[in-house]
Amino acid sequence: MKMSKIVRTGANILYPFVLIFGLYIVLHGHLTPGGGFQGGAVIATGVVLVIVANSYEAVTGMLQKVVFKAQESIGLLLFIGVAAIAITLGLPFFYNFLANSGSIFGLSVPFGPNHGDLNTAGLIPIMNIAVGIEVWGGLTVIILSMLSGLDRKEA
Amino acid sequence: MRRYIVAAIFVILAASLLSIPISFSFGSPIATDMDDYFIEYGQVQTAANNIVTSVVFDYRGFDTLGESVVLFCGVVGVGLLFRRLMEGEEYEDE
Repeated sequence: MKMSKIVRTGANILYPFVLIFGLYIVLHGHLTPGGGFQGGAVIATGVVLVIVANSYEAVTGMLQKVVFKAQESIGLLLFIGVAAIAITLGLPFFYNFLANSGSIFGLSVPFGPNHGDLNTAGLIPIMNIAVGIEVWGGLTVIILSMLSGLDRKEA
Repeated sequence: MRRYIVAAIFVILAASLLSIPISFSFGSPIATDMDDYFIEYGQVQTAANNIVTSVVFDYRGFDTLGESVVLFCGVVGVGLLFRRLMEGEEYEDE
């Protein structure tokens, strides 16, 4: 299955911007609307754009299903691991020990409307990145699995 | 007879759905303690400007963990259903 040349060229030009927009949504989850789930879905949409526009056989060499399965598991393990670090420090599960601490992601925020800073909110950006990695891998695995069935039927 | 029962159930459901905006006044919730707490302290305590994210990933982080696990289980289920057949394996008709 192969789309026309116009669709392929447009998709190959557009997909980096989709990926960058998804990464922006993930990284700015604690400042603007969005977060890990939404940004991961946007990134997976960019991957799906490449898969659908190009032929399945041309893409499966680069996009291995095993890689995305591992990526999904790594995202979930990172999420749980970051939450479990607080236990080793003698704090409750999911305690945000990095917020207002002065280290990485540790700047304070005054009350009220302000323009915000990327280097704030402690564990929240890290968890956003973990969930983004997980959703990206998971949705791509779903699409690759379903398209592999299409591939069998046409062959 | 059956048609009348279905019509009666439909009328009751529609009436109860339409009575929601009349019986509850939107914009003035009954219990506001938790909302006021999040609005007042959420930004300073978690240092996140997006209060929704601070609730989802900090105050209610355990729920988000469940959400992630649900997505993981969904992907595992899709992987089971759409897996490639092993060598020499065939679909079984029940």
